Amino acid sequence: MKSEFTLKLERCKGCGICVAFCPKQVLALDKLGKVYVANHENCIACGQCELRCPDYAIFMDKVKEAAK
Amino acid sequence: MIERSYEKFFRQNRLPHLWCPGCGNGIGMKAIVQAIEKKSGWTQDNTVIVSGIGCSSRASGYMDFDTLHTAHGRAIPFATGIKLANPELNVVVITGDGDCTAIGGNHFIHGCRRNIDLTVVLFNNNIYGMTGGQASPTTPLGKKATTAPYGSVDRPFDACKLAEAAGATYVARSTAFHVQHLTKMIEDGMDNKGFSFIEALVQCPTAYGRRNKIGEPAKMMAWMRDNAVMKNAWDKLPDEKKLEEKFPIGLLYKSEAEDYDTAYSHVIEIAGGAAK
Amino acid sequence: MSKAKLMQGNGAIAEGALAAGVRFYGGYPITPSTEIAEGMAKMLPAVGGIFMQAEDEIAGMGLVLGASLAGKKVLTASSGPGISLKQELIGYAAAAEIPVVIVNVQRVGPSTGQPTAPSQGDVMQARWGTHGDHSVIVLSPWSVREAYDVAVRSVNYAERFRTPVILLTDEIVGHLRENVELPEEIEIYPRRTPKKTRAEGYEPYAPDDDLVPNVANFGEGYHIHVTGLIHDETGFPVGSPKVTEDFINRMHEKISRAADEIIDVKQDFMDDAEFAVVSFGGTARTAYESVKNARAKGIKVGLIRLVTIFPFADKILHDLAGKLKGIVVAELNYGQIVHEVRRAVEGQCKVNLCAKYNMQIFEPEEIESAIEEIVKEVNG
Repeated sequence: MKSEFTLKLERCKGCGICVAFCPKQVLALDKLGKVYVANHENCIACGQCELRCPDYAIFMDKVKEAAK
Repeated sequence: MIERSYEKFFRQNRLPHLWCPGCGNGIGMKAIVQAIEKKSGWTQDNTVIVSGIGCSSRASGYMDFDTLHTAHGRAIPFATGIKLANPELNVVVITGDGDCTAIGGNHFIHGCRRNIDLTVVLFNNNIYGMTGGQASPTTPLGKKATTAPYGSVDRPFDACKLAEAAGATYVARSTAFHVQHLTKMIEDGMDNKGFSFIEALVQCPTAYGRRNKIGEPAKMMAWMRDNAVMKNAWDKLPDEKKLEEKFPIGLLYKSEAEDYDTAYSHVIEIAGGAAK
Repeated sequence: MSKAKLMQGNGAIAEGALAAGVRFYGGYPITPSTEIAEGMAKMLPAVGGIFMQAEDEIAGMGLVLGASLAGKKVLTASSGPGISLKQELIGYAAAAEIPVVIVNVQRVGPSTGQPTAPSQGDVMQARWGTHGDHSVIVLSPWSVREAYDVAVRSVNYAERFRTPVILLTDEIVGHLRENVELPEEIEIYPRRTPKKTRAEGYEPYAPDDDLVPNVANFGEGYHIHVTGLIHDETGFPVGSPKVTEDFINRMHEKISRAADEIIDVKQDFMDDAEFAVVSFGGTARTAYESVKNARAKGIKVGLIRLVTIFPFADKILHDLAGKLKGIVVAELNYGQIVHEVRRAVEGQCKVNLCAKYNMQIFEPEEIESAIEEIVKEVNG
């Protein structure tokens, strides 16, 4: 795992921007339209999700492999 | 998680903001605070955010500075008054396409003309969002709005060309897709002592995208990605390749001119009021 | 040697505002108010202040409101069409409680009207020109010296009540030249300052004991939010019926509770008066002459002159009317303040209108005739 996600779901409006711009299909929207991490193992910690989230709801921190 | 340093620039008790799902204004607002964060000497105590009326202009209420939510179109005169009254303050204006180029159009061109030291960020969503999707001066020809149900026949403004022609000394454009680039454009605008204008294209999925069948917010942002051309590349592009939807982003214009505060300080000096 | 100097009414307003601490002027040229802008353009930079000619009347208002929020005492001036354009931001100043003085040198309207001719046709606009319920203070001088004094008072009231104050003069007084001796010392009301720190829970729109909030200036570290939306004590908009009602009540009460202090009504020859002329501004100069002439003819008539037009002198007029047989309201319009007088008088005595709206100022004989007419009507 190269990343750690923090989701502030009270801010998430389910717009799908993070899902659409994730190059590895890591994220998805649940039945209530909120973001969740569906395929964490595919994450390359690029940060595109956080970058374009208009609601400051998703945060991605890089985690050093050695720290595991 | 590591707390994001820019979060301190938001009034946490006011979030989440009122913008629709997928609205680009939130991206623009974050770009502004991240630009402020990079500016040495700019603090929450010496920076004032001034906005007009409309979706864009609700940003001021979420930002933890002295903030002023003015009347429709009037952000630039208020901001000018603040800057002249206290030149120590850094003044940022957040405005929208209707606010800045329709009802506030006269103030916009005269702010440029005077080269008053403001950083004006225009969130251009091509529509009046707050009131449900009426045509604005930047609604493209043929696009639909509630007040242009058959498609707009009003030729749109290029706000950047307007700013340049009116005398702004820094003119740049970016988009909600190009977040880091947008932040840099704003940051560089803040460096310019004079009237700095940054047009940020932002998506309005609710009032513009849906009516014009453009689709989801991400699709609107992908359109920005696919049609924005960096200024350097744009300049090398032959005219026949400047296709209808392509547009340049980056620093579009820069010039040197004395800013209004400095110019007026000479008046005070001549009049003998400098010591007072 | 006399310290008297020849001044114009408009010039006296500029001098008075400057003396009261105004250090920022924003405005647009318009006849017959332009001399105020010209005076400020010359005088302000000489005291380290700022004059800016705006691109339009609306911008003139925006400039001064911004400068006021940043800590300066501010003035703007205009006339007729310009005042109409300024209305939205006069309402903004009322709602956001921003100290500002707006001078209206009245000319004949509506629309472009008669740009160089005097009028008092904007009385009700001064009170009700912007949309919504709000408070406002309106003062009207009758001489050059009083124009100076009223300018000082207007600035002081704007600061004390954090409200727009309309200095409602007219072309008569604005362009009148008189020898005046200015006071050496005047009282100045300073900008209100916060009484709490942020840490102590400062709220910019929390009213003080006098119902006026101590709003911090921008740049003082309070991180305040200012909006024209209806807001609570924090300054942030609230969509609640209670907050809205409380807000509108406070807008009115902060002025009405101090009304006795603000209301300035001058009375001449009123001790034994059976009749009175109510007038204000430039017209009161003629009315004074008319009253003296009528007295010479044996009519017991006095002059009630409104320096403060709003808040209206309801109680004073009501009490005086109880002792009077008739009132003539002389005003240079089709009839505006007469309705306020009738409202205050509540039928206790006859109230006649002496109106004029043909570009020309009153001749003393015209108001005299109106006095004689009402005497005849009442005494038969």
